[in-house]
Amino acid sequence: MKLARKDLLGLEGAAREEIELILNTAGAFKEVLQRKIPKVPTLRGKTAVNLFFEASTRTRVSFELAEKRLSADSVSIAKAMSSAEKGETLLDTVRNLQAMKIDFLIVRHSAAGAPHFLASRLEAAVINAGDGAHEHPTQGLLDLFTVRERFGSFEGLRVVIVGDVLHSRVARSNVFGLRTVGARVTLCAPRTFLPKGIEALGVEVETDVDRAIEGADVVMVLRIQKERQDGCFLPTLREYAALFGINRKRADRLKPGCLIMHPGPINRGVEIEPEVADGPRSVILDQVTNGVAVRMAVIYLLSGGEVEHGVVG
Amino acid sequence: MAWLVKGARLLDPARGIDRTGDLLVDGGKIVRVGGEIRADGEPATIEAKGCVLAPAFVDMHVHLREPGREDAETIESGTRAAAAGGFGAIACMPNTDPPLDSQGAIRFVLERAEEAGPVQVLPIGCITAGRRGERLAEIGDLVRAGAAAISDDGSWVESPLLMRRALEYARMFDIPVVTHAEDKRLSAGGVMHEGEMSLHLGLRGIPAESEVVAIERDVRLAELAEGRLHVAHVSTAEGVAVVRRAKERGLAVTAETAPHYLALTDRCLAGYDTNRKVNPPLRTAADRDALRGAVADGVIDAIATDHAPHPLHEKEVEFDAAPFGVVGLETALAVLLTYLVRAGHLPLPRLVECLTSAPAKILGLDLPGLAEGADASLVLFDPEGSWVVDPSRFESLSRNTPFAGERLFGEIKALFLGPKRIVPRPKSGGGFLFPDEEAR
Ligand SMILES: [Zn+2]
Repeated sequence: MKLARKDLLGLEGAAREEIELILNTAGAFKEVLQRKIPKVPTLRGKTAVNLFFEASTRTRVSFELAEKRLSADSVSIAKAMSSAEKGETLLDTVRNLQAMKIDFLIVRHSAAGAPHFLASRLEAAVINAGDGAHEHPTQGLLDLFTVRERFGSFEGLRVVIVGDVLHSRVARSNVFGLRTVGARVTLCAPRTFLPKGIEALGVEVETDVDRAIEGADVVMVLRIQKERQDGCFLPTLREYAALFGINRKRADRLKPGCLIMHPGPINRGVEIEPEVADGPRSVILDQVTNGVAVRMAVIYLLSGGEVEHGVVG
Repeated sequence: MAWLVKGARLLDPARGIDRTGDLLVDGGKIVRVGGEIRADGEPATIEAKGCVLAPAFVDMHVHLREPGREDAETIESGTRAAAAGGFGAIACMPNTDPPLDSQGAIRFVLERAEEAGPVQVLPIGCITAGRRGERLAEIGDLVRAGAAAISDDGSWVESPLLMRRALEYARMFDIPVVTHAEDKRLSAGGVMHEGEMSLHLGLRGIPAESEVVAIERDVRLAELAEGRLHVAHVSTAEGVAVVRRAKERGLAVTAETAPHYLALTDRCLAGYDTNRKVNPPLRTAADRDALRGAVADGVIDAIATDHAPHPLHEKEVEFDAAPFGVVGLETALAVLLTYLVRAGHLPLPRLVECLTSAPAKILGLDLPGLAEGADASLVLFDPEGSWVVDPSRFESLSRNTPFAGERLFGEIKALFLGPKRIVPRPKSGGGFLFPDEEAR
């Protein structure tokens, strides 16, 4: 089976079959990563550019490793600022990249829709590595992969996402992905962090974290940006930690087998207590490992790769 | 030079005219209206069966960008675009650089317009000095220089005290205070309508309330000041409701909306097309429907384009970084005919009223209309003529239209402005916009 799309810009609108294909392929690549030489020659001769307008060591390194493990040539460019203010426009960037005849562009940008802008003007496959408050599809996929790895399927699973949903691209990608594969999703946050009308996405909404996490199979904790503590969204981080932080007391009441996830980087002591982040329920480091396999799968499938009998090229 | 227009639908709602007939223009004046006209001499005859002959349109909300941003538009290119769209008079907003807050600036616009051609330009002066919202501009001076109204368009006058004083002061000159109703503290850096679509697209939203609370406040102040308030570019159903209540209470409140709010909704932002980024933003289908109803029943008095040219390179950027605004002069009639009249939401006479006598009345502009002896200020258009919007053919220097590539109905055939007749180049073919005849 092949992935019939040029780009991966988001999980909204992605078909269940597409998501399952990516997760299955990622499973095969995870095996590759366990080998003594964790590298395949699949994408030899192909070129990937990682263009990060916004700093993100974790995601960038994850993509770089995925590209190297597939034997692709890759370059990473960090751009300090949003393009328009720095002289070179996104359009100039597109023209330059087009002229360099690259195969993949992995882009992180603070403006929602920036990857769509690039994708519509570039022949290369564009992968959204996070655009503003819109989507972060590979993060959503690696979260899905991690959940499926533990539970085997999504049927009947109840996933709770706690935190700044309004500004979170991770939350959006996860909502779209999880809903598509059949999980139940509850969003839990202060009202100021819940977009109006979010229920229309087919999720449940809860502002009492203790009630929300009761009986949950997965608790995904989102990062709280310190700058939200401006008295407009949150009175203080202290109050947030008290009302919504996943502390040990709350973690102890979770049902057995419940997973705790976090896309990182963690504000220890704000959205999650250190002991919980490092505790037995936490799969935060598995998420990081799985990120490489999932990104390998996405790049491989976008290059036109096929999966046959679970064997990867 | 004389022209005889034969067999057109003569439409002048303000004068109660709607019938088929001929019309004779000679020496820049309308000589005869209606019936079958046989003229002495040999007037140029224009066969106009199936076409509509109406007063030339008036657009009370245009951005000409000169002075300051002549790369986006000039008074010359803007008036050419206006003529191509069937407009005989346009009012231009003062948010230029420098802003139109002095006699000199108003005179500059009027002089440039005089040089540019036959389309009448009515400058709108600032409410506050430098549009800074701190103290009143010299409104009396502005009016004496020729300002037809005052506005800080682009910004709302945040201080309620200052807005009250502006409404009181402007009464002395019987000009409207045009409000850009938007509480920016509530918009909070938003780039599109706040709702289901902004949620999906991950773009910061501008709630309908940022407009509604601003209109509500300004209406209260207009009542207190007993002033004349005109609400620019109404985009929300609730905004309409506030204007409706103000009118029912007999206040001197008028309102306009723009063709794009009547045609489009926030759903069309799915591809992050910056040529659909406007302020106020495109709203929901319910808002659009309420606006259509309000135009039909007169709660919204006029339709203005809010023609806001921006050069291509400024729109070819990420959505957050793109400026707000679309061009509208050259597509207005066709958009309105296609989306409203042909779709059955608005009778043609009411549309013509919204584009002629209604804005003229708000601006205190004497509209000649289809009257014998009046100065010729007429537009001839074929409501069935269809064309595909090709921005590269625009007279405007900018191409930021949300309707690129769309087939629209309604083609301007000619504009008579005094002794001049202007024939826009055909939208579907080659050619050039030219004043084809001069006065003797
Ligand atoms: Zn405005």
